Amino acid sequence: MNARQFLLAAAALALPQHPPSAPAVPAPAPRALVTIDNFSFKAPAITIAAGTRVTWTNRDDIPHTITADGIPPAYHSHPLDTGEQFSMVFDKAGTFRYYCSLHPKMRGTVTVQ
Amino acid sequence: MDENGCGSRREILQCMAWVGAGVVWTVAGGVPTGALIGSAAAATAGGGLRFMQISDSHIGFAHAPNMDTPATLTAAVQAVRAEPGAALLLHTGDISHLSRADQFDTADQIIRGAGLTTHYVPGEHDLLEDNGRTFYDRFTPNAANGWYSFDQDGVHFVALNNVYDLKPGGMGNLGPDQLAWLNKDLAHRPASQPIVVFAHVPLWTVYAEWGWGTDDAAQALALLRRFGSVTILNGHIHQVMQKVEGQVAFHTARSTAFPQPAPGTAASPGPIKDVPPGQLRSLLGTTSVKQIRGQHQLAIVDQVLT
Repeated sequence: MNARQFLLAAAALALPQHPPSAPAVPAPAPRALVTIDNFSFKAPAITIAAGTRVTWTNRDDIPHTITADGIPPAYHSHPLDTGEQFSMVFDKAGTFRYYCSLHPKMRGTVTVQ
Repeated sequence: MDENGCGSRREILQCMAWVGAGVVWTVAGGVPTGALIGSAAAATAGGGLRFMQISDSHIGFAHAPNMDTPATLTAAVQAVRAEPGAALLLHTGDISHLSRADQFDTADQIIRGAGLTTHYVPGEHDLLEDNGRTFYDRFTPNAANGWYSFDQDGVHFVALNNVYDLKPGGMGNLGPDQLAWLNKDLAHRPASQPIVVFAHVPLWTVYAEWGWGTDDAAQALALLRRFGSVTILNGHIHQVMQKVEGQVAFHTARSTAFPQPAPGTAASPGPIKDVPPGQLRSLLGTTSVKQIRGQHQLAIVDQVLT
């Protein structure tokens, strides 16, 4: 699934559903935020429940990416310019390591329970 | 100069004091000598092959301290143009900020104004789209992976790409394919031939914590060790740094866009945003390497850039 598909999937999850026999609106997907400041992911390691939507925001004046470890990477954001965001929903349990493909010393981990 | 830097013509002139117009190289007796373009040393440098180096234009960057990177690149190119007798121009990468076609267009148009054959290597900011194809097709059309070599007036120039296929946690990267190519490229050359290597990220470890180095550079340097005169030109760190190791001289050029902090002096290697007008000149505190061939061996002398 590429980044656009992730975003579409996240958007679909957020749509309110009103079947006649079930008036209750499903709870929105849980969310987690990671910022990029001074060439670092903050927080560099987060632990989330399966189904959580993680959003990264670049607050540096230099572009960064969210790129999964591994060849080829399982996911890869577009280069995030200043103020831009990238979101992804993590459905499966496990530990997912990522880095910035421009500045590979920048590393982060998402642990999904 | 206002806090945003280099917008007006007057501000550009001030900013050029620290963004660095570029470096003029003169090869005499097989030994390249560097001097800041426009400096007295550049004006008086003697015959032989002369060539220029500019770096890190970052067209598309528009934040403090430089809201107008095309203007500062234009000023740098004008300075290159004013240097007499140059045979060619090297650009050591990060032409663009985000690898966008319009950013490459702008840079290309400006750099053509130098009126010199220009040889490029990519920076990591140039390979962000389409696995770098946008860059390679345009700037290294005869080198699909961005590495190549050529000869000019007896000097062998080697362009290396150390910003592709970067590994998590790593620094710059040459990779086995490029090292095998380099071995073949150098194998039949006499040790007396002067070699100039240019690549974006420094080929020596300036500061590992910020990724300012190349993981497998030692393998490339081993191939270069037998040559009597090796000069390695890099960019990436937006400041002049030099180091001499045996017969190998390393040099990093300034950016034409914005300065970055000295290693470990800031929370991150991001742009120096608050450049007070009164301190611009203090950022000119740069040095150059001058190599002089002695009677029996290569002598290397440090020289302050003026």
